[in-house]
Amino acid sequence: MNLGRRVVITGLGMVSPLGGDVTASWSRLLAGESGARTVETFDVSDLPCKIGCQVPRGDGLNGSFNADMWMEPKEQRKVDDFIIFAVSAATQALADAGWAPKTYEDQIETGVLIGSGIGGLGGIYDGSVLLKDRGPRRLSPFFIPGRLINLASGYVSIMHGLKGPNHAVVTACSTGAHAIGDAARLVAFGDAEVMVAGGAESAVNRLSFAGFCACRALSTAFNDRPQAASRPYDRDRDGFVMGEGAGCVVIESLEHAKARGARIYAEIIGYGLTGDAYHITAPSADGDGAFRCMKAALKRADLEPSAIDYVNAHGTSTPLGDEIELGAVQRLVGDAAEGLTMSSTKSAIGHLLGAAGAVEAIFSVLAIRDQIVPPTLNLDNPSVETPVDLVPHRAKSKRVAVALSNSFGFGGTNASLVFRHIDAA
Amino acid sequence: MSDVADRVKKIVVEHLGVEPDKVVDNANFIDDLGADSLDTVELVMAFEEEFGVEIPDDAAETIVTVGDAVRFLEKNKKS
Repeated sequence: MNLGRRVVITGLGMVSPLGGDVTASWSRLLAGESGARTVETFDVSDLPCKIGCQVPRGDGLNGSFNADMWMEPKEQRKVDDFIIFAVSAATQALADAGWAPKTYEDQIETGVLIGSGIGGLGGIYDGSVLLKDRGPRRLSPFFIPGRLINLASGYVSIMHGLKGPNHAVVTACSTGAHAIGDAARLVAFGDAEVMVAGGAESAVNRLSFAGFCACRALSTAFNDRPQAASRPYDRDRDGFVMGEGAGCVVIESLEHAKARGARIYAEIIGYGLTGDAYHITAPSADGDGAFRCMKAALKRADLEPSAIDYVNAHGTSTPLGDEIELGAVQRLVGDAAEGLTMSSTKSAIGHLLGAAGAVEAIFSVLAIRDQIVPPTLNLDNPSVETPVDLVPHRAKSKRVAVALSNSFGFGGTNASLVFRHIDAA
Repeated sequence: MSDVADRVKKIVVEHLGVEPDKVVDNANFIDDLGADSLDTVELVMAFEEEFGVEIPDDAAETIVTVGDAVRFLEKNKKS
């Protein structure tokens, strides 16, 4: 970012519907696998949407997620899953970065900024039922701290001894992107040398499904074919498929990363934020908020729109949003639309709400590392004609020096991040 | 060990995640078994649930070791 020190990403961690770590999630994403299944963990018989993208739980082998590897069972009982996912993703990212601050000086220079869109809704539901059925004396002393959104940052800080800025973001589906962008600014501004940043969500539960169904936001036409349900830009799309998980990155100043010889995945060069000022759930029809957001991020990056090689779209597979975002991107890049690739990885992992922006930022960074763009699954019949390559069905090799990731949230809150290959500066 | 002691021990092991052989009569929940103030509140709630008894706050404050819990519950348990 040109208003401060240069900021780079040196560690990645992820828990996604495709796997319990970055390697499994990314390889399955590139292979065109989908994480969507029929929900079997709670009663969906009376819900219009019966499918979701849930984290594959197991013994930790073959890319499965084993919570016991990341948090003691007695601690797991106290918190909602979003905190466990966050702890896992953050611990993975720190290990990946090779950063384990032990001295007081290193600890106070390392902060945490992990958000969640909804937080512990599952636990709030259970607590409410318990309160009604059995009265206040049965409510656990861990009810409040185990549900609070900023306790993801709190747990990560406590477990790893990170004593720098401790912060959290709550901006619905833009949370993960805002968390990474804000954390990058904290490092650029000198409030910390290193930040662990990202988003986590565990809202695949009955209360949340009922609520999103009431908003008419979830896909309902593909209950018999879960893996075909998330289909961004396709004419038959009818809503998003909810996912869960967490993504965390280790962000640090370029000089700090260089001084300790850290591997650098990419540089964070742009971050834009805007508000639609339009509607609580619908994006503004003219796409102005999204357009200005990407433009702001590019201005910060000091780049022309034509410099973008890959856009990881917000692309939720809702009837309204996808075309509005595509329109905004086309308006932004103009004639350069011809050479642009843009895909929605939500087609494979669903919509991770507050974790989406973080997980998708990681996919964008990996596209830069591996020079390959992940596919948009189920894009059989695009609903509009576009010169932009939406990467239907299959991943493809492409030179990716600059990637932009979009996230847009309820309330009309938008975030765009721009990443660049460290050698492309 | 009495039936009450066995049940108390099981609850302590489960809630505090400690090795069973550490849960001895004079083990202090906070000093010896790593509990914090919130853990002790939850432990007391678990005892109430298991033994069908209500433990008022002033009584709960006197239960600081495994033995304290066993003796209190042997005297006051309903189930």
